[in-house]
Amino acid sequence: MLQFLSQPWHWSVAGVLIGLTVPTLLLLGNRVFGISSNLRHICAACIPANIPFFKYDWKKEAWNLFFIGGAILGAVLAANFLKDPAPFQVAAATQRDLQALGVQDFSAMMPADLFGVDQIFTIKGLIFMVFGGFLIGFGTRYGGGCTSGHAISGLSNLQLPSLIATISFMAGGFLMTHFGLPLLFKLF
Amino acid sequence: MSQIVDTPSTIETNTDFEVRSLDAMCVNDSHLVEPWYHNIKYALIGILFGITFIKAEIVSWFRIQEMFRFQSFHMYGVIGVAVVVGAISIQIIKRFKLKTIYGEPIELHNKSFNKGQIYGGLLFGFGWAITGACPGPLFAQIGAGFLAVSVTLLSAIAGTWVYGYVRERLPH
Repeated sequence: MLQFLSQPWHWSVAGVLIGLTVPTLLLLGNRVFGISSNLRHICAACIPANIPFFKYDWKKEAWNLFFIGGAILGAVLAANFLKDPAPFQVAAATQRDLQALGVQDFSAMMPADLFGVDQIFTIKGLIFMVFGGFLIGFGTRYGGGCTSGHAISGLSNLQLPSLIATISFMAGGFLMTHFGLPLLFKLF
Repeated sequence: MSQIVDTPSTIETNTDFEVRSLDAMCVNDSHLVEPWYHNIKYALIGILFGITFIKAEIVSWFRIQEMFRFQSFHMYGVIGVAVVVGAISIQIIKRFKLKTIYGEPIELHNKSFNKGQIYGGLLFGFGWAITGACPGPLFAQIGAGFLAVSVTLLSAIAGTWVYGYVRERLPH
């Protein structure tokens, strides 16, 4: 059983499980699935600095912090007890494209030459962690949600603004991948 | 700065209603006040969610690169199936007027359009392609042992904070 679960899961299995998160949270207590809001709740809880955007009762949204805390724990469990012994697979075409950019490590889910601990205080760390992370936090709140809140919750409820947001962040991703990354990889 | 959607259900002490209406999720609150340990059930769902994220490799920078380069169907499959399953579930909830386990009617609110969804969406897309993570995977990557991603997460929190700080001056 554990061996079976340790293989990489098929996209349809993951899709069904993530899709079911939407009604599960609604049925458990009228909660709407959306993860980026947690970044705001963390700001509201830790550094509100009298900014109106962070002056609300974040404790009422604590369920979401519990949810994401559970997700971290789930990741710990999966990475330690459901580890796939087979080597990590990357699509051949992607590997070729990324090698051309300068990525060297294809052995794990994250390339160590970009996201290793030893990269934190380098120009790579500044680009891939600090700059990239900032865009995630700023962009998701400006856009009112992320992949979970807009693409999954919002589209599930047939919301046009969520479709617009989803198209926008997919477009942003394509632009960055094809035009931005080649430039960023030249910086180091 | 024109969409002011005040849901009568939300007891709001903050007079800046847009603060909430602009947000993806905060408008849909349960009206019940529950003791904190009721939140443990959300943590349990979160655990299953985190395991799924790791085992389906959604947290992988490479899977996101494959997606944005159209070189694998994997992520499209995950998101596509999730939306279909979510949409069918919501139709069932609406059709049969299902209630929560506490007997509250389930409320779904419509979102209103603002230009932030385009500008913010684009910026988030840039960040997604760079880091290989949307906010959920960001937390899961750290759990999976990619500890340097903590820096990405802290920077994302900083980004959210800066948005809150400059929000009034941004086009919406």
